[in-house]
Amino acid sequence: MSWDYFLNHSPALIIVIPLLAAFATPLIGRFSRKAMYIWITASLALTEIFSIILLYGVHTGGTMVYVMGANPYNLSVPPDSGGIPVRIILTVDSFGAFMAFTASTVALAGGIYSIACEHSQTGQEKYYALLLLMLVGMLGMVLTGDLFNFFVFLEINSLASAALVSYRIDKGVAVEAAFKYAIISSIGALAFLFGVGILYGEYDALNMAMIAQRMKFTDLDKIVMALFTVTLAMKAGAIPMHYWVPDGYGKAPGGISAMLVTASQASLYGVFRVSFTVFGLSANTLTLGWFLIILGVLSMFVGVTMALIQHDIKRLMAYHAISQTGYMLLGVGVGLATLGTAAFNQYGLAAMEGGIFHIINHAMYKGLLFLTAGAVIYRVGTSDLNKMGGLAHGMKYTTIFFMIGALSIAGIPPFNGFASKLLIYESVYQFNPLLSIIAMIVSILTLASFVKVFHSAFMGPKIYDVKEVPKSMLIGMCILTFFIILFGLFPNIAMTYLVGPAAKALANPLEYIARVLGGGA
Amino acid sequence: MLLNLPFITVVIIMALGLYAMLFKRNLIKIVIGLSLIESGVNLFLVSLGYRNGGIAPIYTNAPSTNMVLPTPQALTLTSIVIGVATTAMLLSFCMVIYRHYGTLDSRKVRRLRE
Repeated sequence: MSWDYFLNHSPALIIVIPLLAAFATPLIGRFSRKAMYIWITASLALTEIFSIILLYGVHTGGTMVYVMGANPYNLSVPPDSGGIPVRIILTVDSFGAFMAFTASTVALAGGIYSIACEHSQTGQEKYYALLLLMLVGMLGMVLTGDLFNFFVFLEINSLASAALVSYRIDKGVAVEAAFKYAIISSIGALAFLFGVGILYGEYDALNMAMIAQRMKFTDLDKIVMALFTVTLAMKAGAIPMHYWVPDGYGKAPGGISAMLVTASQASLYGVFRVSFTVFGLSANTLTLGWFLIILGVLSMFVGVTMALIQHDIKRLMAYHAISQTGYMLLGVGVGLATLGTAAFNQYGLAAMEGGIFHIINHAMYKGLLFLTAGAVIYRVGTSDLNKMGGLAHGMKYTTIFFMIGALSIAGIPPFNGFASKLLIYESVYQFNPLLSIIAMIVSILTLASFVKVFHSAFMGPKIYDVKEVPKSMLIGMCILTFFIILFGLFPNIAMTYLVGPAAKALANPLEYIARVLGGGA
Repeated sequence: MLLNLPFITVVIIMALGLYAMLFKRNLIKIVIGLSLIESGVNLFLVSLGYRNGGIAPIYTNAPSTNMVLPTPQALTLTSIVIGVATTAMLLSFCMVIYRHYGTLDSRKVRRLRE
């Protein structure tokens, strides 16, 4: 039981801990409420610690390969298998570890926040069990190196998310939203599975590295590529397939809305992983990159214009989530479009870094905004902005947190949104000035929209006699604020240890493939 | 020709399911459509691994090495389990919606937009 043991087995442990904790939660909740809260917080914190261990392991040793049930743990290609990787293989590169860190941080904040927010609800044991399962789904999606395994975790994630969206039945309206979400994500997952089936039929493999190496890029593969990117973009909430997002995000409890953001980003991870690692070597990356760029620009612009007319605080934020997803697609899309050309080193890599940096920034500030919206609804009892007003008189800390989140999403320094947006503007401007100008206009519209929310919810005469929200909700918001300010003031820390390696790992599929097929050594 | 029969069936089943999901207004029929698509995908996976005249992939005392592929069968088994969970959840959503709205017509189940 030494340090090396934990380090080597951390890819499996980070999935196993929340999985075991999820199924033990209803049991513990039966004995004592308080013990259950401690249990939840401890397991979420332990997952967070393991995500940092993973980051450390990837930083020191490069891509980690973990083979389920093999001895030794990284024996991906056994001597008698004839050079074919067998068993379920978890492959953790810098990008995967980065996503795992994002997901577990937001889950920690959302879990602690929920303790007070859902205090008076029934069925809490199930709520926390599902919350942990949702985290398992996200972690599995970002850490696995196997396409079928990805599908399984995608389904775990969608089932848990849909059940959580419907948690507050709200006269059936939340269930309506959950029904939509469940249908969309199931049909997306089935289309993904169909694509996996085609790839298996062609290449006799499910491992991403193996498929990438054998990839011939026939017409059938083009169909698979379309199936993968479209279904995963649908789950990520990109524009032509966005209609479930405002309903799902809008009706979920506060902590869950924050986690749904990272769940969507896990699907976005799938888009990037599939297009870079599986198809990146053989496909025409210029076309695929432009596809992502167009999706991104559409999402940015339509998302923000739809958000301007909303008067429900959470629906408004959900449309902004769509719009911000566009920035990530734009940044990484530019990287993909320039992949392999001289322009990649000139500005393509910087655009990718911007897009990837925006993933973690968006998870933090949009999570924080959803938590403050949940806090407002917790005290006021309505999500209609027209009925709110003067909340800053009673809820001082929530107001401050909301201001930080709003300034950050609008890209105002010194908060983290500024750091990543500036990177995207600068690099995308060299690729195509028009795209960069659209991104800036969207940013201004975002600011306008949040000024409106701030004004109508927090400013004005005192209408409601409200108190500050309970401590656990403030702690949840505090965790996310810490990272917003940290990445805003010292973007170099994030760039050196998190974002830079992640962008390089994503842009270099050969190393990923060599690690898995080389026996993991 | 006969060998392609499973794949033709896959297409027919999935087209029927897609039709039900796109054009039927009853929520339960939409769930049935989803189930049909899922069966189509499962059949597709199993047919991928089928070998003409193949035997079960157990090597001990095997009369020949012409075996069907075991991996697609494992995939199908997992996919069936997931499908059952999805269908059960969707049907329970239908139950709750019916209890609160008094209808399962998707044209009337739209309080979100109000």
